[in-house]
Amino acid sequence: MSTQGGVQYSKIAEIKGPLVVVDGVDSAAFDELVEIQTTGGEKRLGKVLEVGNGKAIVQVFEGTTGLSVSGTSAKFMGKVMEMPVSEEVLGRVFDGLGRPIDGLPDPIASKFLDINGEPMNPEQREYPRDFIQTGVSVIDGMLTLVRGQKLPIFSGSGMSHNILAAQIARQAAVVGTTDEFAVVFAAIGVQYSEAEYFKRSLEESGALKRSVLFLNLADDPAIERIITPRVALTVAEYLAYDLGMHVLVILTDMTNYAEALREISAAREEVPGRKGYPGYLYTDLSTIYERAGRLHGRKGSVTQMPILTMPSDDITHPIPDLTGYITEGQIVLGRDLFRQGVYPPVNILMSLSRIMKDGIGEGRTRADHQEVSNQNYDAYSRSQEVRALAGIVGKAGLTGVDLKYLEVGDSFEKDFLTQAVDENRTIEETLSLQWKVVSLLPKNELTKIKDKFIDQYYKER
Amino acid sequence: MAAKGKIIWVSGPAVRADGMSDAKMYETVSVGNAKLIGEVIRLTGDTAFIQVYESTSGLKPGEPVIGTGNPLSVLLGPGIIGQIYDGIQRPLKDLAAKSGSFIGRGITTTPVDMTKKYKFKPLVKTGDEVKPGSVIGSVKETDLIDHSIMVPPDHPGGKITKIVSEGDYDLETELATTNESKIPIKMYHMWPVRKPRPYKSRYDPTVPLLTGQRVIDTFFPIAKGGTGSIPGAFGTGKTVTLHQIAKWADSQVVVYIGCGERGNEMTEVLVEFPHLKDPRTGKPLMDRTVLVANTSNMPVAAREASIYTGVTIAEYYRDMGKDVVLVADSTSRWAEALREMSGRLEEMPAEEGYPSYLASRLAEFYERAGRVRALGSPDRDGSVTLVGAVSPSGGDFTEPVTTHTMRFIKTFWALDAKLAYSRHYPSINWMNSYSGYLADIGKWWGDNVSKEWFELRSEAYGILQREDTLKEIVRLLGPEALPDEEKLILEVARMIKIGILQQNSFDDVDTYCSPQKQLKLLKLLVEFYRQGQKALKDGASLADIRAMPVIATLLKARMEIPDDQIAKLDQIETTIIDEFKRIGVKVTN
Repeated sequence: MSTQGGVQYSKIAEIKGPLVVVDGVDSAAFDELVEIQTTGGEKRLGKVLEVGNGKAIVQVFEGTTGLSVSGTSAKFMGKVMEMPVSEEVLGRVFDGLGRPIDGLPDPIASKFLDINGEPMNPEQREYPRDFIQTGVSVIDGMLTLVRGQKLPIFSGSGMSHNILAAQIARQAAVVGTTDEFAVVFAAIGVQYSEAEYFKRSLEESGALKRSVLFLNLADDPAIERIITPRVALTVAEYLAYDLGMHVLVILTDMTNYAEALREISAAREEVPGRKGYPGYLYTDLSTIYERAGRLHGRKGSVTQMPILTMPSDDITHPIPDLTGYITEGQIVLGRDLFRQGVYPPVNILMSLSRIMKDGIGEGRTRADHQEVSNQNYDAYSRSQEVRALAGIVGKAGLTGVDLKYLEVGDSFEKDFLTQAVDENRTIEETLSLQWKVVSLLPKNELTKIKDKFIDQYYKER
Repeated sequence: MAAKGKIIWVSGPAVRADGMSDAKMYETVSVGNAKLIGEVIRLTGDTAFIQVYESTSGLKPGEPVIGTGNPLSVLLGPGIIGQIYDGIQRPLKDLAAKSGSFIGRGITTTPVDMTKKYKFKPLVKTGDEVKPGSVIGSVKETDLIDHSIMVPPDHPGGKITKIVSEGDYDLETELATTNESKIPIKMYHMWPVRKPRPYKSRYDPTVPLLTGQRVIDTFFPIAKGGTGSIPGAFGTGKTVTLHQIAKWADSQVVVYIGCGERGNEMTEVLVEFPHLKDPRTGKPLMDRTVLVANTSNMPVAAREASIYTGVTIAEYYRDMGKDVVLVADSTSRWAEALREMSGRLEEMPAEEGYPSYLASRLAEFYERAGRVRALGSPDRDGSVTLVGAVSPSGGDFTEPVTTHTMRFIKTFWALDAKLAYSRHYPSINWMNSYSGYLADIGKWWGDNVSKEWFELRSEAYGILQREDTLKEIVRLLGPEALPDEEKLILEVARMIKIGILQQNSFDDVDTYCSPQKQLKLLKLLVEFYRQGQKALKDGASLADIRAMPVIATLLKARMEIPDDQIAKLDQIETTIIDEFKRIGVKVTN
């Protein structure tokens, strides 16, 4: 990142948490990039959060550890934070602020882009419709991913979200096209081993040279995490809208991002919303998630798959809650299924893909897709009720149809949901498995499917 | 005279400027060298506190702030229908023409094309006396909208001294003048968004707003001019339900406000509505729709304004004597915008950080709904129906926005995450929802559709209520603990849920259900229940009833039988009777 020019001030009034208050400032702009220099000559980056009355409050990305009131100076750079981009970023590894850490020289920039981006004009959006085949049955069949969608994985500590995300990154393809794709991976405060798993997984599948990695690991500065998803998305937007690629962005773990945001808010003594998170958490998260999409007249797309671990597996916690209000659905992993060793442990009843309906059906997947999927939801949901009931009255107390639903639940989990980490199923295979599950029921129980499809696909068992 | 000051402080969307002693509260101002649009929200001495409707990135203390002298206003005139605006009535198409795919800053545009000519038909002549609000003529705005040109409510009216003859005119043409004012009447006028438009008198809402959604129309109806709220956790289908109302409501104009929501949802409306046909007129739905889009990542202050922009446009069409539906998704994001500005003003927060005036602002907004007699002549009755989504944090209905909203609305459609998880859509919980319009609207159904309606609805609702209590027993003791009559209640309640309450918005047939079909389906299910209870009394077994083939047909009727083949539902009725006969019971009607 270029750091020439700018106005220098040396009166530091206060240092608290991640913030530095600079005094005697007569020319600084809101959001301006700041370079902080310590007595030892070390340089750190920050940005202006508030300016006025001769003071500027600066948020220091790399933390304030070791800074002192005397001797530290702040240089206001006269521009907002920018990320240099070019096609050369592909195959490279950067730190959480977008500086190369793979030992190779800085990529030659063809452009410098504001990392905050600008809001996409809704009128200029192209509605997402291209079905992405991930090869994972539960996603393709019931939580279909569409190009330009933002579909997060809600997980809990220790569950297999990274394995699932890596499998999707390896296998995702739009059937029958040869468009250029790329993967942008942003590690936000995750452990080294998790980031390494991802990198290896991309390497083995040969996708690494089509990928860009941004790594802010658990022991990297926490405030940097505010920047990491933004530099990653800036690169993704460049690849998508300037170079016409279809980009899958994986952001893991957004919980760490929200915690960094809370830390800054607390240091600024703002009135908190729920659980100490700032009242603007929703708006702030939306400036990340809404950067997914497609645009009229441009070839590429940005598809987002953010991952977050729900504190105590609680879906009503502010982070998953506000995320779910912004994203176009959610893939929720279930602790029970995970304990039983089911992979992928997706709790379909709590999961949803909002724009699935527009990516499937005749000409995209198959005409019966929506209805057979609805019937699977209905049947699995009923099977859960029957399981609970059987727990009370025992199997003997169940009627014939209820027993059928018990079988459906088992078959759904065993035949349809479960699959191997390297198993890549076609949409035809997935749909056929969905019919196999519901065909355990008598035809008159299939109230969500039109008769013509039942006649065509029902499998007598 | 316009205020001219300088910025002294910037933090996010909030700016302080001094030298502003000439500024007025809620005046719009131009902020900084980039000429961003802002609004004065507090004055202390000569310091003004300004909320800025655009991103303030790069703004510096010392840059100028210039007052416009006017409060935040919208332009009201032909050309509004079919548009997509941002929160302060800038057409997003024009913004795209000026700044490309992403929204730039400091762009000024006109809300409608001022040079477009409309064929104006005068309805008054020289010498006629007009009052504020009187119609002086009309233009054809779209195939669906006859747009009345009215004397602005803040114009004194008087005797017409001059009026143009029938012909094509643009918006700036002086159409008429009166003896009491120097200000000529044009095809458009400006109106401040925070001030409700005046009317002559108000009526009680007694006519239903038909939405084609069974759970709404049959069980929890809303009246034209009424207020309703849809609260629900994420994924419970708020947006789909609102889209359904916007698509199928029997109103002449729909104002859809995307307030702090997803960009793709607005795109969906833009892509879909031009292709959808209004079931009553056969014309594209876009010809009656206005969109106000301020998505979650667009500046937060403009989100606060978008609600007022939308409701003012709705009132304008109401004043022409039209029924208007305004759908706001989501009022919670609007409340959050209030909270954010309040925080930056360092006001003392009430519950969960929301300002203490949250309740009064919500009350003011919902009070702008109503069925009214418009000002001036001729007599026109119009209505604004307000439907607001609420996004309670964590799905908790005791949070401030939901609880305050409940105090000011009369129809409450409570969305339920459990229903949504089992894919029961729309996931409107029939035990927690209510409608305050039921009695009045019941009379309308009785007069216009069928005398039986109220009784059938009550009986069906009674079955659902009984089921709710019986479910508790089943949960503790299992279904075998119940006698057959009660098991039948569970069975029929399940059928009502699948056959009536559930509705597939994405199915071509099921997406819209006419009142006649709604009544018929209700009748069939109640009939089934009555026959079933009788059969049990006469000694039939529950297993036989459960095995009746007609059940599957009955449950699929909502998808398989379109509105124009309603007679097929009568055949199902015959089949029900036949099958009950067949299981060995003589049925008497």
